[in-house]
Amino acid sequence: MLNLIKIKDKKKEQAASAGGRAPVKKQSAGELRLHKDISELNLPKSTSISFPNGKDDLMNFEIIVRPDEGYYLGGTFVFTFQVSPSYPHEPPKVKCKTKVYHPNIDLEGNVCLNILREDWKPVLNINTVIYGLNLLFTQPNDEDPLNHEAAAVLRDNPKLFEANVKRAMAGGLGSVRAVGLSQAPQMQSL
Amino acid sequence: MASPDEESPAPTEPERWRDLDMLLSRPGNLVDANFDPSPGLRDTLGSLVEVLVVGAGGLGCELLKDLALSGFKNLHVIDMDTIDVSNLNRQFLFRVQDVGKSKAEVAAERVMERVSGVNIVPHFCRIEDKEIDFYSQFSIIVLGLDSIEARSYINSVACGFLEYDSDDKPIPETLKPMVDGGTEGFKGHARVIVPGSTPCFECNIWLFPPQVKFPLCTLAETPRTAAHCIEYAHLIKWNEVHPGKHFDADDAEHMQWIYSEALKRAELFGISGVTYSFTQGVVKNIIPAIASTNAIVSAACALEALKLISGCSKTVSNYLTYNGLDGTHINVSEFVRDKDCLVCGPGTLIELDTSSTLSEFIKMLEEHPKLLMSRASVTHEGENLYMQSPEVLEQMTRPNLGVPMFELLKGAARATVHVTGMAENNGKKVSSLRKLRVAFKGVEKNSKMDTTESF
Ligand SMILES: [Zn+2]
Repeated sequence: MLNLIKIKDKKKEQAASAGGRAPVKKQSAGELRLHKDISELNLPKSTSISFPNGKDDLMNFEIIVRPDEGYYLGGTFVFTFQVSPSYPHEPPKVKCKTKVYHPNIDLEGNVCLNILREDWKPVLNINTVIYGLNLLFTQPNDEDPLNHEAAAVLRDNPKLFEANVKRAMAGGLGSVRAVGLSQAPQMQSL
Repeated sequence: MASPDEESPAPTEPERWRDLDMLLSRPGNLVDANFDPSPGLRDTLGSLVEVLVVGAGGLGCELLKDLALSGFKNLHVIDMDTIDVSNLNRQFLFRVQDVGKSKAEVAAERVMERVSGVNIVPHFCRIEDKEIDFYSQFSIIVLGLDSIEARSYINSVACGFLEYDSDDKPIPETLKPMVDGGTEGFKGHARVIVPGSTPCFECNIWLFPPQVKFPLCTLAETPRTAAHCIEYAHLIKWNEVHPGKHFDADDAEHMQWIYSEALKRAELFGISGVTYSFTQGVVKNIIPAIASTNAIVSAACALEALKLISGCSKTVSNYLTYNGLDGTHINVSEFVRDKDCLVCGPGTLIELDTSSTLSEFIKMLEEHPKLLMSRASVTHEGENLYMQSPEVLEQMTRPNLGVPMFELLKGAARATVHVTGMAENNGKKVSSLRKLRVAFKGVEKNSKMDTTESF
């Protein structure tokens, strides 16, 4: 298969021109696919994107969602995206940076969205994930909770849920925790 | 036949190579067109060919031994891992006193002790830490890896050396063939990748099923299995208790913590089966390794490497699978290349004047008969030259539009560029990602980007 004479020539030649070339950065197939996803983004009105590491690092970016309807109207929620070189074989890692009182997002920022884990398919893209995140704010789901207390309140007392969301958005982390912890026993007595 | 109580003498050097020499010195009907049988071929191969083995684990240990015993004399091995006590049952080059040392260094030393005349250079580092230039010295790369990411990286490096002529034919001198081995329990594969001729790793990455991922809410709310409890401790509980602290799967203390948390949770939900080794298995996604699977797959890989290099027989075309779970099955499938593969495909050749600006280049793509691409975004080796969208990136890259491509590509005579945009496909405009080979008219092909010279 390989022509040994050519190998021999190539060796000589390499010896002669050793050290002449600058290293070339390798772009993974995942980075290229991400480049396509990003250049074709069709962001909903409620959503914006930023690249904290500049124009050449597309693998780490932030999505900012400002819901224009529903319980979370008026809030600003920042998600960090970390995309691995094996994208789209692997889904992006998404965390919610903003502390939020939400049945499907826990206080550590873990997001329970099926397409980010068990239902991820390489044909999906960044746009799909962004739509999924928007949906979490317009239709929080009490069936697959990550924040158990919030889910119980949403299911059993939507008015209280709405009030808790407003309180949490106004007060930040402290009140999210307070809401999360203080309302749970109360709900069980309802 | 020697009687059982009589120790057989260690094979003398010519004895050891007798069968190999027979294979390399006699003509045959199934040989490659370039095969040049001669009694000295083994020595010639041994002195001229440099082989890189990627990975010095279960498969890597076998590969180094098999390649050294197949007549290869100049080997390099690269692995970032150190030896763990749990490796010793199958990574047979390592001993108890080696625990904690570099796998690559110990493996190289052991094989050199046993096979005289073989020189193995170890590299105790990550594959990404090496300059691309490092990889150019090898005639062939043999992979004994367990991760898709690492395979994909080496594949892109090896395919990156490939150049095509103006008829889109691979230039033989730029070929960097690979043999990829992989094992999982009782199953394994050995495949031959000749970039430009057989499918590369990326052409059929779909062969590797994505890792099973449990829904986070199941982990948080309704665990049903031991694995659910372990993943809960690993993915949710760790961050809750250690905010900001990076979890290290190789740190025994961290793993012990995950194990005890998983155990607590399993007890709470009445689930059995959480053990320390199962915890390690789930967290590190380890499938029990079977020593004989490694041996069988490695033997197939070493043989393919020898055939590729010497031409003494036809290589597997192109994907051998082994399954020892239910009886023993070996099968060879011929996969086909993705003609438009971004990694190994030729891409479309575009000739530019050194004065052509990026915006003129984008205009050319709209009119190019093979592309007809509108609204192109352009990227080159990780540098985004122009992004049509989103707005923030468009603004950041807009100043490049007026700059000559020759300058943006740093004065290279030829370069690979990738473009995304709406391109025509069967009369319809569809979003497409394409590879382009840009060549500048009137620039000598002697610049820093070239990997080979034409003869
Ligand atoms: Zn390919």
